[in-house]
Amino acid sequence: MTGHSSVGWVDIVVILAYLFATGYLGWLGYRGTRSAADFLVGGRSAHPIIMAVSYGATFISTAAIVGFGGVAGLFGMSLLWLTVLNIGVGILIAFILLGEPTRRLGHHLGAHTFPELLGQRYQSRGIQIFAGAIIFLFMPLYSAAVMTGGSIFAATQFGIDFEVALLIFALITAAYVIPGGIKAVMYTDTLQGFVMVFAMIFLLIFTYMSLGGITEAHSTLTDMADLVPAPLAQMGHQGWTAMPAFGWGATTYDLWWTVITALVLGVGIGVLAQPQLVVRFMTVRSRRELDRAVPIGAVFILLMVGTPFVVGSLSNAWFAQNGPLLQGKVVEVIDAEKDRALVELMQQGESGTWTSIISPKTQAPARAPMIISERTSAQDGAGATFELVAGRSIAATYTKGDADKIIPAFIMAAMPHWFGVIFFLALLAAAMSTMSSQFHTIGTAAGRDLYERIAEKGHQREPSILVMRLAIMIGLLIAVTISYTVRQEYVIARFTAIFFGLCAASFLPAYIGGLISKRVTRAGALASMTVGMSVSLFWLAFIKAREASAIGLVQLVTDGKTSLLADYPNWPSVDPIIIALPASLLTLILVSAVTRPPDQAHLRRCFPR
Amino acid sequence: MLGIDDPYVLMAYLGAISMAVIGIIYGLVRRNAARDEVTPEDRLWALDEKKVDDDF
Repeated sequence: MTGHSSVGWVDIVVILAYLFATGYLGWLGYRGTRSAADFLVGGRSAHPIIMAVSYGATFISTAAIVGFGGVAGLFGMSLLWLTVLNIGVGILIAFILLGEPTRRLGHHLGAHTFPELLGQRYQSRGIQIFAGAIIFLFMPLYSAAVMTGGSIFAATQFGIDFEVALLIFALITAAYVIPGGIKAVMYTDTLQGFVMVFAMIFLLIFTYMSLGGITEAHSTLTDMADLVPAPLAQMGHQGWTAMPAFGWGATTYDLWWTVITALVLGVGIGVLAQPQLVVRFMTVRSRRELDRAVPIGAVFILLMVGTPFVVGSLSNAWFAQNGPLLQGKVVEVIDAEKDRALVELMQQGESGTWTSIISPKTQAPARAPMIISERTSAQDGAGATFELVAGRSIAATYTKGDADKIIPAFIMAAMPHWFGVIFFLALLAAAMSTMSSQFHTIGTAAGRDLYERIAEKGHQREPSILVMRLAIMIGLLIAVTISYTVRQEYVIARFTAIFFGLCAASFLPAYIGGLISKRVTRAGALASMTVGMSVSLFWLAFIKAREASAIGLVQLVTDGKTSLLADYPNWPSVDPIIIALPASLLTLILVSAVTRPPDQAHLRRCFPR
Repeated sequence: MLGIDDPYVLMAYLGAISMAVIGIIYGLVRRNAARDEVTPEDRLWALDEKKVDDDF
């Protein structure tokens, strides 16, 4: 690996200076206008750039940049469909269609959290508790994804152990979210947003320039389709600038169903029902402020998710042209004319002989597709002469198949060291702005939605503050434990997709139904949420092979199979959202149709003329 | 086009940019279209929100 994986004094000074600037800005903010609510109280308007960038910084985290960027490095540009949805759904639909109704309804009902919004809308303590419980129990999964993303980058960039990076990351997070930075301070969010914007623009331009321009870079990547590793090709991978093979009933279509249903639809639709984002609409001053935030939000998201997906994919072309030379012996010729082959990777021992590198995953000699640039004669351990080839490979080869390490490895190998520090700050910014909202949401879910509702505390807030702080610490501990324990294939993107999908299936029909329809009933909403959550969890535990096999329950009931539908491809690759969201929506409609409509007085309060 | 042969990936690449352009156009067109007023109810809501924040 090229690049410098070390941490120097300059790096530490730059990082501390940034943390100090963030803290100082936060402190300045605290002395005056600091949160969106303060703007509203003062009757003033937050600048649209501040509103949009602050929302975007909460939306985008290390999960999107490192996790999904790495998945793009593995699966290719088909992931750009998620960018389309992130902007089309996460900005255009969310801001234009849902923002104003959410703001109005929240203010009419005096709701301050997402579960409270649902609970008040349906006049149901049970709905509020149910929604609060889902958030409290599952949000740490998403926080773990964000934390893992930041820690992997820090570990790669500064050459420290993942565990050490995670500990540092957790301590910074705790210092940021527990004492006071917990509520989104808009100026701090905005500073973090601007750091992210600078890093992404530089990264995009540098990557395209280093590969000869936009068309040249894409063409190089297109020409590398024959270097797709066999396990991915068997799932339907057809190259990094091609969609996975589409079809049904054979494992050769698994990748399409994984990419489109789990990563694109799960996250792309799930963003609409993200509790920490929905409450942001309530803090907006007016419809006009929402309208004005749309352009900035759209461009911000394009940069934040478009860049890592493009760069993640193009990292394959960069490593194939500029990556460190790898050695080995040819196992199978892929293209003789272009001198490409499947190579068994080897390393030279102290005695000068060459031995195969054993893959820790398969315990067999590691193999990789390679563009060969040198051929020499060498001796293996048994003294036999063989042709030693040297060449370069795709990004995943350099990260030993770990997608989560592709973006960090690319930044370290391809970019100047100073940029690695800037990028780390951008990731820190992305993580902090998202995690402050996540833990605030966990805290309010536990204190306001669970503790106060269950204990019938009503408006007695003081005791629940303690509960909130305790819940945040528990949430942080759970997130760190998950990050520390679970290190599997593209786990960052998967955790994010699970949480987004679960939120979509559990909340989306009841949330949107509550905004636009007067006919949706309390029973309909509660049934819809129950069905959405139950189907999602059942699917994750028993059908979706990757998650089910990790959870382990399905092996107990099927004698070792990874899915109840293991014999019926492509069901084990289909994301829960495909089943759970329609089921949840149908339940909402059917149960509402046969139950008594809400009383008119309440509806007049929700939807005054 | 642009070195991407697969029309669906090309559509996603250009679609993402188009979405951002649509957002820009929407924002420019609607810049002053909606009313911008803070009602007493909005202010009351914000005061309550601020109280929770301050407690926190």
